[in-house]
Amino acid sequence: MTPGAETPEGADATVAVRHDLDHVPLVDPAAKGGLVGVLRRRYLLKLMVRRELRARYIGSKMGLAWSYINPFTRFLTFYFVFGIILGRGQVPHFAIHLFAGMVLVNLFTESFNSGTRSILQNKAVVQKMPLPREIFPIASMLVSLYHTGPQLVILVGACLATGSFSPDPVGLLAALLGFGIVILLGTGMGLMFAAINVMYRDWTRVVQIFTQVLPFTAPMMYPYTLVEKRFSGFPEITHFYLFNPLAEAVLLIQRGFWITTISPADAKTAGAEWGFKPGLHTNFPDHLFERGLIMLGAAAVFLVFAQWVFTRLDDKIPDRLV
Amino acid sequence: MTTSIEVENVSKKFSMQYQRTLKQVAVAKLRGQRIKDSFWALQDVSFQVQQGEAIGLMGLNGSGKSTLLKHIMGVMRPTSGTVRTRGRISGLIATGAGFHPQMTGTENIYMNAAILGMTKEETDAKFDDIAGFADVGEFLDTPVGNYSSGMFARLGFSVAVNVDCDVFIADEVLAVGDQPFKKKCMKRMEQIRDSGVTLFYVSHAAQSVRRMCTRVIVLEKGVVGFDGDVDEGIHYLHYDDSEDVDAEEEQTTDGELGSEV
Repeated sequence: MTPGAETPEGADATVAVRHDLDHVPLVDPAAKGGLVGVLRRRYLLKLMVRRELRARYIGSKMGLAWSYINPFTRFLTFYFVFGIILGRGQVPHFAIHLFAGMVLVNLFTESFNSGTRSILQNKAVVQKMPLPREIFPIASMLVSLYHTGPQLVILVGACLATGSFSPDPVGLLAALLGFGIVILLGTGMGLMFAAINVMYRDWTRVVQIFTQVLPFTAPMMYPYTLVEKRFSGFPEITHFYLFNPLAEAVLLIQRGFWITTISPADAKTAGAEWGFKPGLHTNFPDHLFERGLIMLGAAAVFLVFAQWVFTRLDDKIPDRLV
Repeated sequence: MTTSIEVENVSKKFSMQYQRTLKQVAVAKLRGQRIKDSFWALQDVSFQVQQGEAIGLMGLNGSGKSTLLKHIMGVMRPTSGTVRTRGRISGLIATGAGFHPQMTGTENIYMNAAILGMTKEETDAKFDDIAGFADVGEFLDTPVGNYSSGMFARLGFSVAVNVDCDVFIADEVLAVGDQPFKKKCMKRMEQIRDSGVTLFYVSHAAQSVRRMCTRVIVLEKGVVGFDGDVDEGIHYLHYDDSEDVDAEEEQTTDGELGSEV
């Protein structure tokens, strides 16, 4: 990193020129906002993310180990409840089916929830210091993304434990695409509602309720094939269901980390009651990748829209933080 | 001379927030009470500051001083009019800006410096100066939540004064420090001023404004009431009135140290 690269004015604005300011222009002192403005303050962003990470486990003896214990316990619960007590044999490796989806859904709801609260939580700084305020929801997203790491470790561990895990490059690409969609969408939602939440505090509650409902809208506690089966007379409903970007993202990560753990022999013996089909890839909707790419594009457009909303509200933020 | 700060016809409107629920709003409407109110914190404020000037910003409580500083620092944007500044701005709007109580003093120094636009390398180079100035000793590596209010303020101030800046803004900075620290701060601010940095200093203490500043701007209910010579400005506010008990007390006790009243 070159010295001075992080100054808001740009690379050559070192203060050696303090007494020769003639070539420095008179500018609006307000920090240049926007995602671009945040990217220019990478060092500050890094410090903020690190602060959030440290603050979460500060004072605890186990520290970062908690971010492994937490998802691991969740996986074991899934395994016992869904794998053993409920539909054993209906859908092979159902716990992985659920957990893989959970990784992405958690990433989304966490960036959304913590992003929405981020500016209010940092109001002491926002009221006194000039900085691009987009930095708070973006830091929240990065913190959530960081916590996805341990969950992925548990997921891969569970996949390996099945003994029949054979990942393929296409599947990994699918999972990556799923991550892309969720990251763009989570950032956009966090960004937009961080600003809206300052204006109308009720949105913290609305977002909380919304993110509680969200996990049920994606095919993870039930397989996608069950949706297809239930609405077999009305394919429009299934089609509509797939408009949900989160459902698409969950299907993509399941393509990478669930279906690849099922051996052909297991697939044949699986019960058909939940619509599971022995032809492995027929358990996903048609044009999975095309849909994924379109969703990625839509999520990118949404992020631009969210930034537009943020910019419109930005000037009012310090006035409304009381 | 180079213009350092240019404030043109700046007005700032705040809407009063009553924090009402929908039900309360409905009741207020039925009773014919006003639901929304607004007031102008700044009205048509205009002035120019040349590089190296030391401005004392004075005025009674609620006259708009902090709001004006927030505009110059770039935290707020005016409802109408423009604010333009040249170079890097550092300073404090009230004390201990943006400290995270659970993080240590060291971590907060890096964070605060980064917010003010310093790089890691710059902060590394200045770290000993900052830590030395704050003088919180071994507490530097404990969470700032455990600091006394004086230590908290000292840490914030020492980051701000060690940023290489072109404009320095100081608002009520000396309200919490003890006498030795106030002396140190005044000395440091004089150094900053003498090195050619534009100084914007808010104080109610006539003595310290006399000592620090070359020009006084007085705000009255959001309007510039006076802009000019230091002694005349202080006279304009009647802060030099010797019959005033407060002023007398201030002059004999910590007036010369620049305490805030």
